[in-house]
Amino acid sequence: MSSAAPVAEFPTSSPLFDARAGEVTQAPSRGQRIFDAVFRKTCHTFAWLTILLVGFIVARITAAAIPAIHTLGLGFVTGRVWDANAGTYGILAQIWGTIYTSVLALMLGSIFGVAAAIFLSEGFLSAAVFGALKKFNLHLKPVTLRLPDQLERLLKELIELLAAIPSVVYGLWGIFVVIPLIRPWCNWLHAQMGWVPFFSTDLSGPGVLPAVLVLAIMILPTVTAISRDALVSVPPKIRMAAYGLGATRWESLFAVILPAASRGIFGGIVLAFGRALGETMALAMLVGNSNQIKLSLFSPANTLAALLANNFPEAGPKEVGILMYAALVLLAITLVVNVAGAFILHRAALMQSE
Amino acid sequence: MSTAMPPLRPANGHAATLPAEKRDDIVVDCHIRELYYGSFKAVRDTEIPIRKNSITAFIGPSGCGKSTVLRCLNRMNDLVRGFRFEGHVRYRGRDIYAHGIDPVAVRRFIGMVFQQPNPFATSIFNNVAFGLRLNGFKGDRADKVEKALRAAALWDEVKDKLNKSGLSLSGGQQQRLCIARAIATEPEVLLMDEPCSALDPIATRRIEELMTELSQKFTIAIVTHNLQQAQRVADYTGFLYVDTTQGGRTGYLVEFNHSKHLFEDPQHPHTQQYIRGEFS
Ligand SMILES: Nc1ncnc2c1ncn2[C@@H]1O[C@H](COP(=O)(O)OP(=O)(O)OP(=O)(O)O)[C@@H](O)[C@H]1O
Ligand SMILES: [Mg+2]
Repeated sequence: MSSAAPVAEFPTSSPLFDARAGEVTQAPSRGQRIFDAVFRKTCHTFAWLTILLVGFIVARITAAAIPAIHTLGLGFVTGRVWDANAGTYGILAQIWGTIYTSVLALMLGSIFGVAAAIFLSEGFLSAAVFGALKKFNLHLKPVTLRLPDQLERLLKELIELLAAIPSVVYGLWGIFVVIPLIRPWCNWLHAQMGWVPFFSTDLSGPGVLPAVLVLAIMILPTVTAISRDALVSVPPKIRMAAYGLGATRWESLFAVILPAASRGIFGGIVLAFGRALGETMALAMLVGNSNQIKLSLFSPANTLAALLANNFPEAGPKEVGILMYAALVLLAITLVVNVAGAFILHRAALMQSE
Repeated sequence: MSTAMPPLRPANGHAATLPAEKRDDIVVDCHIRELYYGSFKAVRDTEIPIRKNSITAFIGPSGCGKSTVLRCLNRMNDLVRGFRFEGHVRYRGRDIYAHGIDPVAVRRFIGMVFQQPNPFATSIFNNVAFGLRLNGFKGDRADKVEKALRAAALWDEVKDKLNKSGLSLSGGQQQRLCIARAIATEPEVLLMDEPCSALDPIATRRIEELMTELSQKFTIAIVTHNLQQAQRVADYTGFLYVDTTQGGRTGYLVEFNHSKHLFEDPQHPHTQQYIRGEFS
C-alpha cells in the first residue's frame, strides 16, 4: 500500500456542481475532506508505529544476542546441556520442550475449543433451552423469548473470560489442583503400561502433562472465540443448501459448515499456537524446569520461555546475552509457525476460489 | 373417494373450480390451515394440489408467504425456531408432518433450489455428487453427475473443469449447478424459490426452458415475482395475497387455477388487480 494515496480533489467549481447548488446533493465539504485526510493519516501513522515497534524489539534483542551468537554459534541450538558453572550452554532440550508442550496443548485445546465453538454456534444449546421452555409453554412469552440466545451468549462470554485469568493464577491452580488430581492416574498408567514411551516415567510433581493440560485451557478461549466467529459467519444460504438436499445436522456440519469455516478455525489455531509457544509463567511453574528430551508425558521438561523467566533474575551481562540468543530462537520459532500458517491459509484460499 | 377434483374454496368464497381431473396424480397435496412463526400468523387457509409432471407457480405480493408455503412442502420451515403448522401436507398420500416422519427424509424426496445460487465451496463435481454421497449411492457417481449436469444444461460449459470450484462459475451457471445438484439424486419433486431473480434475462430464459424440460421427469413448484415467467412455464398458478384485516399480515391463497385461466380470466378482484399491475 502506498502511504501517499492522493486525496481526491473534487472539482467543486465545475459546472456540474454549480448546477446542483442548493439541492441536497453536495460535494464533500472542506471540513469532511480535512477530517477524512487527518483520519487516514492517523491510521497510517499508528500502523507504521506498530510495525516499527516490532522491528525495534527484534533489533534490540538481536543486538544484545550478537556476542553470544559469536561465541556459541549454532552449537547453542544443538547442545543439550545448560550448565552455567561449566560454561556450557545448549537449548535443544528447551526447544524440544517448547514445541512438545505447545503441540500437545494445541491438539487438546483445538479439539475442545472447536467442539465448544460448534456447541455455541450451531444452536444446540439454544434449541435445547427452547425445547425445555416449550414443555412449559413459556417459549413465546416476552421474558423468555430471548432466553435461549442469551444463555448461549452468556456461555460464550464465560469461555472468553478464561482468557482474562492471569497466567500465574493458572500456574498456581495447576500446582495445587491439577497435579494432585492427575497424579494417581498417571502413576497407575506408568505402572500398568510403562513400556509405552508416553508413560515411561512416573509423575512426581511438575511435568509435561500438567503443563499441557493447563496450557490447553489457556489457549481454549482463543480457539473457541475465533472458531465460533468463523462458524457463525458461514453464510446461512450454504447451510440451507445442505439441509435442502436432505443432509442431517451432523452431515451438514461435517461436510459443509466446518469446511467452509476451516480457514477461520485454522487461523485461530495458528494464533493459539503462537500463544502456547510464548506462554511463560504457568509453564515455568508447571513444566519442571529440567532439561531433558523425553517422550514421556510425566517427566519434567523445560521450555524456552520458562528458561528465560527462571534465569533472567540472576543473570550477569554475559548470561543476558546468552538468554537474548535463546529469546531470538523462540522468536524465530514463533515467526516460522505464523508464516507457515499464513502460507497454508493463503494456499487454501487459492484452492477454494479456483 | 371421488375421482373428481373438489372445488378449491379459498376463504373469500370464490370457488376456483378446476376441471375434473384424476385426483391421484396429485403428488403433493398441501393443506395449510394455519402457519405460525412464533406468535406471528404468517399463512392461513391455503390449499394447493401439486400435480405430477406439472409446474405449479406461486405468485403474489412480497411478504404474502409464497416462500413460506413452498418451504412448508419439504419441511424446511422446521429449521426456523418457533415454527408451528396446522393442517397437513400429503406426499404420495402420506402426511409429511405426521408424527414420526423425519424431515431429513422428506427433503431427500422433495428437493429445493434457492433464490440465491448457493454452491458449496468445493469442486463442481463434488457439488453435484453431494446428494449422492448423502444417500449412500454406490453406483457410478461420475455417470450420475454427468447426467445431472446434462439435464441442467451445464455439461458442455463445465465438462473440462469439473475439478474447478463451483464458486468460479457465473451466477447463471451457479444456479444451474444448484439445479444439477438438486436433481442428481432424482427427487420426485423440485421446489424452486425465485430461482431466476438473481439472473439476467438470457440466463432466466435458459432456466425456464430447463424447467419445462425437467417437468417431464420431475414435478416442480416454483415461486416467482415474474408474471410472464409463471405464464410461460407454469401449468397451474396460485395467487396468494396478504390479509391485513385481522390485525396481522397473514397470507392466504386467493385463487388457484390453470395458468391460462388464471391469467386470462382471473376471478377474484385482488387477482385481477395484481395481474394488471394495479398494486402499488
Ligand atoms: N424465518 C422467519 N421467521 C419469522 N418470520 C418469517 C420468517 N420467514 C418469513 N417470515 C415472515 O412471514 C411472512 C411471509 O414471508 P415469506 O418470505 O414467505 O414471503 P414471500 O411471499 O416469499 O415474500 P417475497 O416475495 O418478498 O420473497 C413475512 O411477513 C415474513 O416476515
Ligand atoms: Mg420469498
